[in-house]
Amino acid sequence: MLVWSRPGRIVLWVLFALLFGVLFLAPLAVILLSSLADQWNGVLPRGLTTEHYSDVISGAAGDSVKASLITGFLASALALVSGTWAALSLRLQGPSLKRLLGLLFFIPSAVPSVSVGLGLLVAFSHPPLLLNGTVAIVLIAHFVLISAFTFGNVSAGLARLSPDFEQVASSLGAKPTYRLWHVTLPLLAPYLVAAFGLSFALSMGELGATVMVYPPGWVTLPVSIFSLTDRGDIFAGAALTMILVVATLALLLGLERITARATGT
Amino acid sequence: MSEAVAAAAPGVRREPGKFWIVPPAALLTLLFFYPLALIARQAFLDDSGVANAAEVISVLHSRFFLNALINTVTISVAATAGCLIVGLVLALILAFVPFPGSGFIARLIDTFIALPTFLVTLAFTFLYGSAGMLNAGLMEAFSLPLPPVDFLYSTWGVVLAEVTVYTPFILRPLLAAFSLVDRGQIEAASVLGARPFRIVRQVIMPAAIPALIAGGSLCLLLTVNEFGIVLFIGAKGVITLPLLIYSKAIQESAYQVACIIAVINVALSLGLFGLYRLAAGRLGA
Repeated sequence: MLVWSRPGRIVLWVLFALLFGVLFLAPLAVILLSSLADQWNGVLPRGLTTEHYSDVISGAAGDSVKASLITGFLASALALVSGTWAALSLRLQGPSLKRLLGLLFFIPSAVPSVSVGLGLLVAFSHPPLLLNGTVAIVLIAHFVLISAFTFGNVSAGLARLSPDFEQVASSLGAKPTYRLWHVTLPLLAPYLVAAFGLSFALSMGELGATVMVYPPGWVTLPVSIFSLTDRGDIFAGAALTMILVVATLALLLGLERITARATGT
Repeated sequence: MSEAVAAAAPGVRREPGKFWIVPPAALLTLLFFYPLALIARQAFLDDSGVANAAEVISVLHSRFFLNALINTVTISVAATAGCLIVGLVLALILAFVPFPGSGFIARLIDTFIALPTFLVTLAFTFLYGSAGMLNAGLMEAFSLPLPPVDFLYSTWGVVLAEVTVYTPFILRPLLAAFSLVDRGQIEAASVLGARPFRIVRQVIMPAAIPALIAGGSLCLLLTVNEFGIVLFIGAKGVITLPLLIYSKAIQESAYQVACIIAVINVALSLGLFGLYRLAAGRLGA
């Protein structure tokens, strides 16, 4: 406790409530309210309706929920495999190569997503690898952007893992493959689940690279929200944003529960 | 066969599966580094493979590029400063003047990291837009003819939205650093009559500085690369480098110009990434 006087503490708490309210609570509350607003010309909306949700779900936006979920799932699964693979095989390298490669695997997270999209357009717009205008290029863009995060999460998990278990398994005669499947990966499982959840959430909200490469038939949620609001249909945009937020939070909460059960906390 | 490997093992250092790194590294090279190299190539060479310095120089001297560069730097520096101040205030209260439910609030702010950035801009349109809640309220209360609050579609609207989105990135390392501060030291200083401000300056701040540097450089990197917030604000005067790349490539099909700007933007980002790694390395993260 830093401040002992009660009035002093109350002043600080009010300051906190103000900052938290204006910066974090108000935006979420307002998105929720506007997604339900019938008409909004004054301070508060006049009348509430679920019309925007039904419009959004029955319209083309329903497809974008599907596109986002499929893209997020496939890109995260691929990123999980390649990130885990990279983190595990990086342990077998010498120290200097390990440092260099570790850095290279992190770099995609530091490059602006629009540039990642531009690069894919430039690289894959002509044969032999003509991917421009396909769903695959969207998946690749998401995979590239989230792979660094899965790699980072799994590496952090590996670093925290006690080497004893693996050494014991090894001294008991467990072959490398057996050790990987029955010792290392189960111990890593909580970190893998957390990495998957974070990648999925990042993919659901990805806009910069997607807006560069998406084909007409595969409009993800953020792109769909942007085109709705750009057309001036901000209430429908808010409804779709709420769907995105709820889907992301549900995903994260569900995965957190799985992780908690796995680690027994 | 495994016997043969085992027999050879004592002599040379065993190097099992050194080449397992090749598949993920090859995938990363094909899907990320190769496209990045092509951007650089297209920026500096024209279609026949001849260097075109004239085009590069004309883009670098153009008004739209310089404006975007100035906007990007101004916005990211201002937003990072805002994040540092707000993050420090929130972290100090959460860690040292806790209230019932403060742990839950800290985790709630953490989940904002997972939400898409443009959500905040969309919300700000309803809050501070020309027909938003704040303006409607002020116009009603003071019967004003015009909306009085008009910062949203400017640089400051983008800065405020970015402060909201990126403050959790400061808060997280700060709370981690504060959890290591010796509570006894604070209490001792307090019993000896030190005022809270002095305790913050002399006891808490030294512990906070590494976290502030690491969080701040991460914020700089993320705000330089930010795209969704600027796109959703949609203000004509607020064009940053990522937005310029998007508009040149997609709206004007000027791929070469887009590539030249992308090279600059990537170089800027990688510089900041290096700064962040350095800071995080010092912090021991």
